[in-house]
Amino acid sequence: MSKRRRERIDRGIKARSGDIFALTSYREMLYVAVPPLLPVIGLIVLPLLLPTYWQKVLISTAIFALLAMSWDFLACVGMISLGQALFFGLGAYCAGIMDHYWGFPIWLSIPLGTVAGSALATVVLLPVLRLRGVYFSMVTLVLPLMFERIIEATRVFGGTEGLTGLKSFPNHWVELYLLSAITLGVLFGLRRLMTTDFGLVLKAIRDNDRSVMSGGINIYAVKAQALFLGGCIGAFCGAYMTHVYMFVGMPAFALDYSILPLAAAVVGGMGTFAGSLMGAFILVPLSEALRGVGGLRTVLYSLSLVVFIVALPEGIFHYMKRKYHQFERWVEVEQ
Amino acid sequence: MLEVTLIYGFINSTILALVALGFSLTFGISGVSNFAYGAMYVMAGYVAWILLNKVALPFWAAAVIAVFATAGLGAALYRFVLLRVRGLVISEVIATFGVGLAILELFRYLGFTGFEYTLPVFSDGSIMIGNTYVDHQRLWIVGCGVALAGGLYLFTHHTRLGLAFRGIAQDDRTSLSLGIHADRIAGISVAFGSGLAALAAIVVLPRGTISVNEGYDVLINAMAVCIVGGLGSTVGVVVAAFLIGYAQMITDTVSGPHWKMIVSLVAILIILVVKPSGLFGKQKELEERI
Repeated sequence: MSKRRRERIDRGIKARSGDIFALTSYREMLYVAVPPLLPVIGLIVLPLLLPTYWQKVLISTAIFALLAMSWDFLACVGMISLGQALFFGLGAYCAGIMDHYWGFPIWLSIPLGTVAGSALATVVLLPVLRLRGVYFSMVTLVLPLMFERIIEATRVFGGTEGLTGLKSFPNHWVELYLLSAITLGVLFGLRRLMTTDFGLVLKAIRDNDRSVMSGGINIYAVKAQALFLGGCIGAFCGAYMTHVYMFVGMPAFALDYSILPLAAAVVGGMGTFAGSLMGAFILVPLSEALRGVGGLRTVLYSLSLVVFIVALPEGIFHYMKRKYHQFERWVEVEQ
Repeated sequence: MLEVTLIYGFINSTILALVALGFSLTFGISGVSNFAYGAMYVMAGYVAWILLNKVALPFWAAAVIAVFATAGLGAALYRFVLLRVRGLVISEVIATFGVGLAILELFRYLGFTGFEYTLPVFSDGSIMIGNTYVDHQRLWIVGCGVALAGGLYLFTHHTRLGLAFRGIAQDDRTSLSLGIHADRIAGISVAFGSGLAALAAIVVLPRGTISVNEGYDVLINAMAVCIVGGLGSTVGVVVAAFLIGYAQMITDTVSGPHWKMIVSLVAILIILVVKPSGLFGKQKELEERI
């Protein structure tokens, strides 16, 4: 009985188009260009094709994709957050306050809310930047709950009722395409960022923070910058949704905004951002299609999270990427 | 007024200690994450309620079955989920948290909310301590809390199994070389912790109604007590429970019940910033922060 093993080999076209930058046929050009073009085309065309109801679903899908990418970015630096709702909620409240109390126009309250919310979240998390792994996660899990309770207890900013009657977008095309553009910008921006020197430092902090320190780099400053960047993405989601709903309240700190992005990133595959996008575009419409499940939605998400972490920890994106670039065959093991 | 605060603060602290013991046994002493702890606590309550009211079992039988069912669920959680991601701390946290979330939200979806979901008290009536009425159930809670905390201390310091629990937290491989089957012990630890959660639920829940949200509160309280007390220390759990318990009671009387939960959250934050290994924690003093 001879033994066999599975061998993975790069496809010829991968070898031809991967390293040598002299693409000689349309086939090779398409091989390189199609995967990154898919999300671009999808996000430009989908708003035109979808009926109104599914446009709303597209909005929440893109929001969760953004949150998942921001989670993924923080995870790249070794900061595993269990509370993306912190960024979302702070961004939402900052934008809401600027609109409700100061009367800022929408094109001012969204960017300012984004920056202010993220800065606030960074300041709140500054003392715990020294913590690693599970301890950092616990703090992030606790913080959104704490903000929710504080708002409930102090009744500031409308308390349990929240702030209502905020300004909305001029029309829903602006709403849709602004989000599409931001999502694409974040996707390709973060992918590019991770290949720069700064991205290298970030990855090194995740892998071995002490050796980065010994290289003379102030890792707390770098971590704070990364936190602010990732926080900006999350806070933008909050500020944007505030104006979509024309409302901001305690649900902005809800567990959904922490757990769904996490599920999307894990299902899609961590570390590539495209995986997070893909995970969100699988999970959110899926739960929407199973409309009857309603309250079961969180159950569905948490179960998919568990199943993927246990059964396919690499995620769908990595799996598909492997199939795209490589083929597999069974070969005899030489005795 | 002061007397009431003192007595009820004491009871509140015992409840915290009771609720945190199982979490401390699993997460603190054996180093295995079980963030489905709150869900197990609530589940035990609902299982006992269903057995009592739908199956019409006597109370003691319902309680025993609930405890064993929860312990069984803990064992299954370890065998089918945790075992496969053992050692990847973050995956452990995410996976168990996901399981807990699924259980809790499933109960919410099935409509287990309302005032009819209550467990019966062990014995009715109340006694006077000084000028304060204390009902019997709260005395039971104090009794169980003291017994369990003492029992846990003796268990982890003077039995082979208990010492094995502490062994695998310190070093998996060394304990393996001393004949401790680390995987099996970790599984038993999760089952024990879940059983303790169920026990705490049976004793504590008769005070009020069983609600899904309590699952999150219990998890946060248990985490707060374990982190403040320091992982792996039974004494730490008791001291932290009293610190947080009285702090909660005082905030409750001074600023109202809404602030009560914030105390545990703030306690977690402060201790993690100042001394992440906790007041009495000795393990991993250097590893968790840079």
